[in-house]
Amino acid sequence: MAGPTTLPTASAVAPAPRARPRRGPGRTSWPRMVLLALGALLFLFPFYYMLVGSFTAEPDPSLGGLFPSPDELTLANYRDIDGSVDLLQTLVNSGIFTGGVILATVVFGILVGYALAQLEFRGRGAVFGLMLLVQVVPFQLLIIPLYVLIVRDYGLADSYLGMILPFAINSTAVFVFRQYFLQLPRDLFDAARIDGAGELRILRSIAIPLVRPALLTAVLLTFIGPWNEFLWPFLVTKEQDMQPLAVSLANYITNVSARATNPFGAIFAGACVLAAPAVALFIAGQRYFVSNDIGSGVKG
Amino acid sequence: MATSTSVPAQAGTEAPVRTPGGRRWGRLVGRQPIGFLFAAPYVLFILAVFAYPLGFALWMSFHDFFFSAPGVAVERPFVGLDNYVTVLGDPDVQRSFRNIVVFLLINVPLTVALSLVLATALNGAIRFRTFFRISFYVPYVTASVAVVAVWLYLFNTRGLVNEVLGGFAPDPSWLVNSTLAMPVIAIYVTWKQLGFFILLYLAALQNVPKETYEAAAVDGATKVQTFWSVTVPSVRPATTLVVLLATITGANLFTEPYLLTGGGGPDGASASPVLVMYQRGIEQGNPDVAAAIGVVLVVGVLVISFVNRYLLERD
Repeated sequence: MAGPTTLPTASAVAPAPRARPRRGPGRTSWPRMVLLALGALLFLFPFYYMLVGSFTAEPDPSLGGLFPSPDELTLANYRDIDGSVDLLQTLVNSGIFTGGVILATVVFGILVGYALAQLEFRGRGAVFGLMLLVQVVPFQLLIIPLYVLIVRDYGLADSYLGMILPFAINSTAVFVFRQYFLQLPRDLFDAARIDGAGELRILRSIAIPLVRPALLTAVLLTFIGPWNEFLWPFLVTKEQDMQPLAVSLANYITNVSARATNPFGAIFAGACVLAAPAVALFIAGQRYFVSNDIGSGVKG
Repeated sequence: MATSTSVPAQAGTEAPVRTPGGRRWGRLVGRQPIGFLFAAPYVLFILAVFAYPLGFALWMSFHDFFFSAPGVAVERPFVGLDNYVTVLGDPDVQRSFRNIVVFLLINVPLTVALSLVLATALNGAIRFRTFFRISFYVPYVTASVAVVAVWLYLFNTRGLVNEVLGGFAPDPSWLVNSTLAMPVIAIYVTWKQLGFFILLYLAALQNVPKETYEAAAVDGATKVQTFWSVTVPSVRPATTLVVLLATITGANLFTEPYLLTGGGGPDGASASPVLVMYQRGIEQGNPDVAAAIGVVLVVGVLVISFVNRYLLERD
């Protein structure tokens, strides 16, 4: 995905409350506020509906269904979906899939990001070009050959490795690492080199501690890839106890739901379980998108 | 956006470390050849997971390729353009490409307009900025599988949307209506991806010099005038990128028609090329035909991208 390339830049500028000449943060014009509030309502409403629906026993598609009385609330839908999908197992599968991708991205992404930003070696330009190119190759074109290779030739169907492999190193995260390492002053590294430190040592004790925010940014944007991915794990896993939650829930939507008493309630319950970690992680990580006061590493 | 920040000329900066006689050697492998070792895992990964499959897809599309047991040597004869002839003559494929054009015609302009307006509104010091930013971004970080469920329910024959519309509700309902199914999917994807594009525009808006706005204000321009004559032209490079990324995302459409309209229904009216690719390649066991669909799709995306770039960057 060429996607979140711009994240760090977008967030770097976030809240800094710069006092404007005439209009301070306290006096936002009404049309603008109404527009933003309307936008927020449109974006958040389906999530509210999902949450409410997951706790109500009877499906009520009318307007009244938006505000159920508190005594109607129940956990039955969560029991329902757990009965047919095994939430714990699928969450563990999603976790291993996502965790594997994050681990490989952090380890190998830091190495290549550091090399691209601070090391001078033959072929660096080529590696950089490759990284940019990869972000515009539509993954779907590769689905068929990857399926033949990974599932048929290597026999990695129904395995975590088969799920992880095509996503293993997130190129956007590599780009983020490179951008952060690029902001570190070269003198810092040259000084360490004069003192006789090897590159791996420099990376471990100087560079990585200085780019902590980059780590969080990279983890966040790497997380939403595999956690939300449907098509690839859907192709790789046929056994139910290997499927990530997104795949089991989709299968439930297409096949099983017709037989449940309150299919939408159960689906919403599963959807909440699937959505919660991503939403929570993003809200918690929000403030880490802001800090990039990296220059202080040398000045201080 | 990514390219604009490209490699700064680091070759010029002098490194104090000098190994005896290292000059010529240094020119050959660079000052820190260990960098190649650091980059090696990533390069191998790209070769194995992108470059090789890409070549394999092309090769497959020109051969008679079928699934076989691993390790068994089978003949896969070269068939020239046969797979492409099959693909282009297939009414289902033709229909899916027409569908994706409808999708893009709705999705791309809507994405550009809404994300630019909301980013402009969000730009600057305003109350509840963090709250708005998060709420705009939440659909983007959530799994499509999860939110698709809500949309299924909302646009059901007896769902909330039709409930509100009353007598104006379309018949047959949204997702089972062959004219409306694709537009609903296009609007769904716009809604889902908008937060990402808002962030992209926000970054671009930060780079617009404040003086331009001040000059517009001095000239007595209204807010709407300022938006049209300052904001829109200033973020044009970002618009090119938004159009490109929205087109690529749209061309990759799979999950939404698979789940929202039960596999591209009604009767193929919302099938996307990737969905047909999946059906032909994996369900029906013709990976060669599926690979050819993929190649045609990518060529189509490239053509659209070049036309867009030409139109957007003209004058």
